[in-house]
Amino acid sequence: MSKVLTKPQRCKQCGLCVAVCPKKAISFSTEINTAGYLFTVIDDEACIACGICYTTCPDGVFEIPGTN
Amino acid sequence: MSTVKGEMIKGNEAIAEAAIRAGARFYAGYPITPSSEIMEYMSWRLKEVGGAFVQAESEIAGINMIIGSAACGVRSITASSGPGISLKQEGMTTLSDEELPAVVVNVVRYGNGIGTLLSAQCDYHRETRGGGNGDYRCIVLCPSSVQEAADLTVEAFDLAEKYRMVSVLMTEGALGQMMEPCVLPEMQTPKRFEWGFDGKYSNKKIGIFDRDSMKESVALNEKYNKVKEIEQRWEAQHIEDAEYVFVAYGMPGRATIGAVEQLRAQGHKVGYIRPITAWPFPEKAFEQVNPDVKGYISIEANATGQLVDDIALTVMRQGKKKGSNCVGGSCPAPVYCNPHVYGVPSTKAIMEDYSKVLSGELKEVY
Amino acid sequence: MAANANTNTKTKVNIKPRKVPALIDRPMSFCPGCGHGIIIRLIAECLEELGQDDNVIFGIGVGCSSLLGGGLETDRLHCSHGRAGAVCTAMKRVNPDNVVISYQGDGDAYSIGIGETTSAAYRNERFTTFVVNNTNYGMTGGQMSNTTMPGQKTTTSPDGRDCTTTGMPLRFPELVASQFDAAAYAARGSVSTPANINKTKTYIKKALEAQLSGEGYSVVEILSSCPTNWGMTAPEAMKHLDQAVTPHFPLGEFKIRTKEQGEVK
Repeated sequence: MSKVLTKPQRCKQCGLCVAVCPKKAISFSTEINTAGYLFTVIDDEACIACGICYTTCPDGVFEIPGTN
Repeated sequence: MSTVKGEMIKGNEAIAEAAIRAGARFYAGYPITPSSEIMEYMSWRLKEVGGAFVQAESEIAGINMIIGSAACGVRSITASSGPGISLKQEGMTTLSDEELPAVVVNVVRYGNGIGTLLSAQCDYHRETRGGGNGDYRCIVLCPSSVQEAADLTVEAFDLAEKYRMVSVLMTEGALGQMMEPCVLPEMQTPKRFEWGFDGKYSNKKIGIFDRDSMKESVALNEKYNKVKEIEQRWEAQHIEDAEYVFVAYGMPGRATIGAVEQLRAQGHKVGYIRPITAWPFPEKAFEQVNPDVKGYISIEANATGQLVDDIALTVMRQGKKKGSNCVGGSCPAPVYCNPHVYGVPSTKAIMEDYSKVLSGELKEVY
Repeated sequence: MAANANTNTKTKVNIKPRKVPALIDRPMSFCPGCGHGIIIRLIAECLEELGQDDNVIFGIGVGCSSLLGGGLETDRLHCSHGRAGAVCTAMKRVNPDNVVISYQGDGDAYSIGIGETTSAAYRNERFTTFVVNNTNYGMTGGQMSNTTMPGQKTTTSPDGRDCTTTGMPLRFPELVASQFDAAAYAARGSVSTPANINKTKTYIKKALEAQLSGEGYSVVEILSSCPTNWGMTAPEAMKHLDQAVTPHFPLGEFKIRTKEQGEVK
């Protein structure tokens, strides 16, 4: 399972997560979602599941499943 | 004459107590002459019955507090006059749009702007048409005695809830201030109406940009047409054989009844219609008027004549229905009005209006 | 013991699950990069954590806040412009056991609504006010607000705000803290950085706890980005919050609950 799940349809390409990710693991896809935005994709290898993308996203794109 | 029953009570206090007995448990408002006694009464009485009272910082805040409490399912009431009711107009169209019931008491005083402290009927157009934006309507009830004010206060709440509209109790300064015997209504147990908020989101909502105005307009018309069909209220006498019919509401309505009695004793064929609902206007009363009526006389306490317009519209509509007797298919009887500006016209003044109609000195308005 | 999550190791790192609360897990029409989306999520998280997410009524202001109505899954009233302070006063008076929240922008709360907003604080009404401050009237296209900063260009101050004729930026939490002794909690946060977002969440939670314990009025103003009307990208707007806006609107807690360590009833 990916460290972080995303809802590409919610993304508005604001770029906040790209700017704050400490591992620069987030980038814009080359595809657009139904609203016309280039949605974000996460490099799962680089990702450390710190949750900062979740914290800064205004649109509820991210979900961290976490570990129990 | 029947014996009048009940204890002496001031009009404003009767309205306030009747509201409590109808189950009202929230009041928010601002003082303004001649309505302040209603708020003052509520400031101690609501506590006694476990209700909530807020002296709002303004009339605008007051009506918005009514919106909040009504949204939670509580029977809510506010009272004001003239410019205070003007401030509440946005709140009233908002209540209408949200389909929240509430009772607003207008103890009418004369004048534009700040106005005066004289009793009057100069808010007729504003209450029946609504001064807020959009095409909403409020049920407008017009008492002519302290007893009727108390009774109509209870009806105001029931009607507001039945149709999810605002009920306006449109009374007058004189009625608010005077004392008469009154039998107050029975105390009801308050019940929250089921569409009130409870924090659990039991009734779903949509975003403001997701509304379908076309669909809503159909429902809006259906609602108002139903009210117009079912809820007209009036008192009428001697209209089947009347040559002239007086139309008047509130205290001038009461004075008019006295004038009609005197005129009939003198042999004049006159009758009266006293609207108890100004909206819906009691059009059905006019259906029973003598088909050969010669004219209608509006008796009202304002400067420009306002009730006269609704009489004319109704009479015109009735005239079209009676086409067979008339030239050209339509023959509304003339409608006269000598606006009495403020106060309560005396029976003598009303009888003088009648003489002037007969002599031709008072020309028709319509 | 610390462990590097990138290495395959027997030491397990506990990764906290983060999921948007159901209360607001719907697409909302705020502009890309607008702080509203962050702020309403923080409020929803606090409500969930306090066990109040099925016990809440919102009074929503007019403006960009209006867009909340399309996505929020709670009892709510879209109040007339500026009047949420009065509406929420009544809702809390008749429904004292519900959490009542007013959610307004700086225009709604501090311009047209300054009377109702201040009077609710003055009377120490027991609901919580959240004001989203982006230094302009966002929804109507970026006019000057009472929180617009000196020299800030808006559509009604095209040469930059002249505070000698229009007033200095209004600081409401400070007003509450200094003038209304009975008020329970007043703070200002920001959503400019993840650290500020986390700090703002603690303010929001304390404000709601003040309501739950019935102590008095609580308000949190939250500085928010407006990329559209500021003419910036979202990351630029967040930097702008730190560099240009925060100096006029200091962050922090101005009035702290007297029972900070106490039990929430």
